[in-house]
Amino acid sequence: MENLNSYLIVSAVLFSIGTIGVLTRKNAIVIFMCIELMLNAVNLTFVALSRHLGNLDGQVFVFFIMTVAAAEAAVGLALIIAFYNNKESIDVDDVNLMKW
Amino acid sequence: METLFFLIISLVAIISAILVVTCKNPINSALALIMTFFCLATYYVMLDAPFMAAVQVMVYAGAIMVLMVFTIMLLNIRVDATKKHSHKLVVGSIIGFFTFLNIVIVLVRSRAALPTGPYSGEMIKKIGHTELVGREIFTSFLLPFEITSILLLVAIVGAVILAKKKI
Repeated sequence: MENLNSYLIVSAVLFSIGTIGVLTRKNAIVIFMCIELMLNAVNLTFVALSRHLGNLDGQVFVFFIMTVAAAEAAVGLALIIAFYNNKESIDVDDVNLMKW
Repeated sequence: METLFFLIISLVAIISAILVVTCKNPINSALALIMTFFCLATYYVMLDAPFMAAVQVMVYAGAIMVLMVFTIMLLNIRVDATKKHSHKLVVGSIIGFFTFLNIVIVLVRSRAALPTGPYSGEMIKKIGHTELVGREIFTSFLLPFEITSILLLVAIVGAVILAKKKI
């Protein structure tokens, strides 16, 4: 097993890259994928700390996070398809109906 | 040897994560993301969590990414129709950099607690990771597990209703 901190650093890098992607991209599906990247970085933190502490609770939480991610992907992609049917675009800048 | 392997996997994971953000074509982003998921599955194997690695490959790289690629191809979006917005890129990068800095500062200034739980590496190897995780889920985490099934049901209903033209 490697040093715990190296896993946490990799997780931090992945999370930050995901943050940058969410803030800079305009394609809704790519933003979605960046959110998945951030979720996975958190999962890595959970598993590494769970292994370090000798406690399996963190891995059960990873299991639940994966379930939530699957539900989120299903509903989010349905939302994107509904939006595309209305506007013929998935650019997040076009989502401005409620902007005043 | 293991350190070298860890470094190689980290390099691949971070490069493919950067490709997810920078690729113009969403399909390329999706493929890079699958690469990142496989790297994370490798980490889980190195952390003595083979069940998590299998679930990672099946659920993330299998189910969720197939759903995404399916949507991308269904919508048939034109590649790179977006304009350049440099100020947004700069602001996003600064915020992402400070997020990273924040996490690193917290990591450097803090110290992880000492191992307290009963599960050591030898025990996981002897009994089997799947059995241990299953025991945890079906004993101390039974109620959250059942609530998860309700969440999935709600997600199914929501996805069908949202995707339908007329209800």
